[in-house]
Parts: sequence; C-alpha cells; structure tokens
Amino acid sequence: MAQVRIPTPLRKFTAGADAVSAQGSSVAAVVDQLDKQFPGIKSRICDEAGEVRRFVNIFVNGEDIRFQQQLGTPVKDGDEVSIVPAIAGGH
Amino acid sequence: MTTAAAETRWTVAADPASGPLVATSLLQLIGNTPLVEIERVRDGVRPDVRIFAKLEGFNPGGSVKDRPARKMIEVGLATGKLVPGKIIIDSTSGNTGIALAMIGAALGYPVELVMPGNVSAERKSIVGAFGAKAIYSDPLEGSDGAIRLCRTILAESPDRYFKPDQYFNEANPLAHTETTGPEIWEQTDGRVTHFVAGIGTGGTIMGTGRYLKRRNPAIQVIAAEPEDAFHGLEGLKHMASSIVPGIYHEDELDSKLGIATDEAYDMVYRLTREEGLLIGQSCGAVHVAALQVARTLTAPATIVEIFPDFGDRYLSTNLWQGWMETR
Repeated sequence: MAQVRIPTPLRKFTAGADAVSAQGSSVAAVVDQLDKQFPGIKSRICDEAGEVRRFVNIFVNGEDIRFQQQLGTPVKDGDEVSIVPAIAGGH
Repeated sequence: MTTAAAETRWTVAADPASGPLVATSLLQLIGNTPLVEIERVRDGVRPDVRIFAKLEGFNPGGSVKDRPARKMIEVGLATGKLVPGKIIIDSTSGNTGIALAMIGAALGYPVELVMPGNVSAERKSIVGAFGAKAIYSDPLEGSDGAIRLCRTILAESPDRYFKPDQYFNEANPLAHTETTGPEIWEQTDGRVTHFVAGIGTGGTIMGTGRYLKRRNPAIQVIAAEPEDAFHGLEGLKHMASSIVPGIYHEDELDSKLGIATDEAYDMVYRLTREEGLLIGQSCGAVHVAALQVARTLTAPATIVEIFPDFGDRYLSTNLWQGWMETR
C-alpha cells in the first residue's frame, strides 16, 4: 500500500482525510484505485485523455513524476505519493 | 535637481510625451501603468466593443501588488504600527511578497514572508534577492496554510512584527480606490463601461470597483475566479472553498465568472503569441472572462481588464514547462 497525500481542495472527496492508502504498482494504478475509493477524484487529477492535468504535480517520495516515467512511474509498498496543485492560490 | 522639481516632473510623467520619469523614491514609481488595447484576441466581439488591458507588470516590483503593499506600509508608518526595529511579515503566495520585500529594502525594514512551498522558483529567487526571509508552509495546504502558519508565528511574538494583513487590511482596497480607479477613469476619458479583474484578496476589484461606481454607477464590475477549488491559477482564489478575506464583499460585484485553468492557460499562450503580451496565468483567466462579457454586449462599450503581472516569473512553472515541446 502507498500513502497518498491529498491537497486541501480534494479533501471533499476523502471525507476530509489529508492522507489515504491506495494499492498499485504505478502512479496510474494508484490513481485508478483512488478513484474506486473516492469516485470522481481522478477527473480532477487527470484530463479526458487520461493525462495528468497541466497544473497538477505528482511526487513519489518527493520526486516529480514528470521527470520520471510520468503515470508509469513505479510505486512500491510504503511509498509516499503526493498530489500537489502547481500553484498556491491567493496573492 | 531639487526634490520639488523631481516631484513635479514625476507627477506629469503619466503622459509618455513628457519624457522619462524622474522620481525621488522608488515608491513614487508605483502606479500610472499603461492601458493597451487588445486588438486580435477578440473572438468575434463586435468592433465597437473595445477591450483594454491595464498592464500592472509595469510597476517596479512587477505586479499590481506594489499598490496595496505601498499603501499598507504607508498607513502602518502613519499610525505608528510600523516603527524601526519591527519586522514586516505577511502570508503571500508571491506578488505581495515581492512588493513587500522591495519596499522593505527601499525603506530599510526587514521582511519575512510565509508562502506555500510550491510557489514558483522565480518568486522565491526574487524575494531572496531583496533580502527577505522566506518561511515555507505545506504546499498541500495552499495559501490558507500560509495564512494559518503566519498567524501562529505572529501569535508567538506579536511585538516583533508588523503584519500588513492584506486579506483584512482596508488599506489594500483603498490603494486601488486612490490610484487604479482614477487612472482607469482618466485613461478612458470616463468611457469605461465594464471593469474585469481576478479575485485573490479581492483588493483590486473592491477598491477599483468602488471608485468607478462612484464616478458612474452604471459601470459593471465583474470578477474572474477559478471555477474549482483545485486549480492552477496562481494568485487567484476560489472563494467558496477558501478563507474569505475580510476586505472582500461579494455583494459589491455585478457578476462573478468561474474560469477553467486549461482555458486560462490557453489564453495566456494566445495573448503571448498573437498580441505579444507575455503575461501571467491570472491574466489569461481575466481575458477569458472579459471575452465572455464582451460577447454578450449589444451596444458600444469600453471594457478595462487588469493584467496583474508579466509572465517571465512563471517560465519555470507548469504553465510553460512542457508546453513548448508540444508546439
């Protein structure tokens, strides 16, 4: 199981939880598993083509998946996956 | 040159024909930003509806935030809340931080800024260059996380700091009532019919809107905000899911339009390539909103929109990274 850290704006899907567990051997599998647990969350993270939205960053153990294998980046038991909006909001 | 002569020359220099500005202080160079007509990215808007962007990137700190930062510091000094020995501190995701860091450097006050760890690398670098200390809050908590962390730091040693408190300080909208509003009125010879701006703290739209409605109550004041809580529009807030700023009064708006991040990003690329305006992502959102308004109009109109900054401070962000390779 990976630990997935959820940003504030998506916690409405996770009943307020800031971290949840999800199974999967890749980021794509983890995101699919998340969507099974929390229906609708994937559409906020990925676009219609299934790609990670431009303003979303996903990190596996602190490493940006854009500079690894994107959604194919491997995930192991105990890894920390963070979903972070690219920006902060507010001035 | 005497101070008085410099003051006079600066005062009249809003007209470019009068020659280059000469100011006695950096702070005098804040404001008096130009309007530029958007000529190509109009998407079928009727020709007698004119759209002008106010380019706030021309401020010395590079954004609209120079205006409220200067006003909040001025009021702090005038009321004795900011005195030598105090540190200026605030929570900010970027442009206000840059403005405070610049003004702090110009006036000799140390500055500490609480910002989410995911603000752009350029912003972090600029703030550091001015000598301000950055304190990073959890990126997952967004700007509200920075607000909360700043409150905690302040509560621990309240006498050490002066907090401009941009979300709750009426000097923020007042800066726009005193400068942005009158500038727009004069630059359009009173012809402005619609004013469009994004909402971050709400200072720009509240303060400018108040001035314009005072001059002509028929002027429509329209806000652009992210359509969803989870968005990529740096500087803008989705009000329904945020700590609502004390200076923000939604009942003063005529309407509020929700803009999708992807649509705003695409608009930034178009404004850059078709108008030659390399601007920030909130400008894209504002122009999407302005076009939505413009397309509904059936009579001649003059729309003024606020472009809060230029885009060079976002070149390392997701807005541009990865985009060029696909074009």
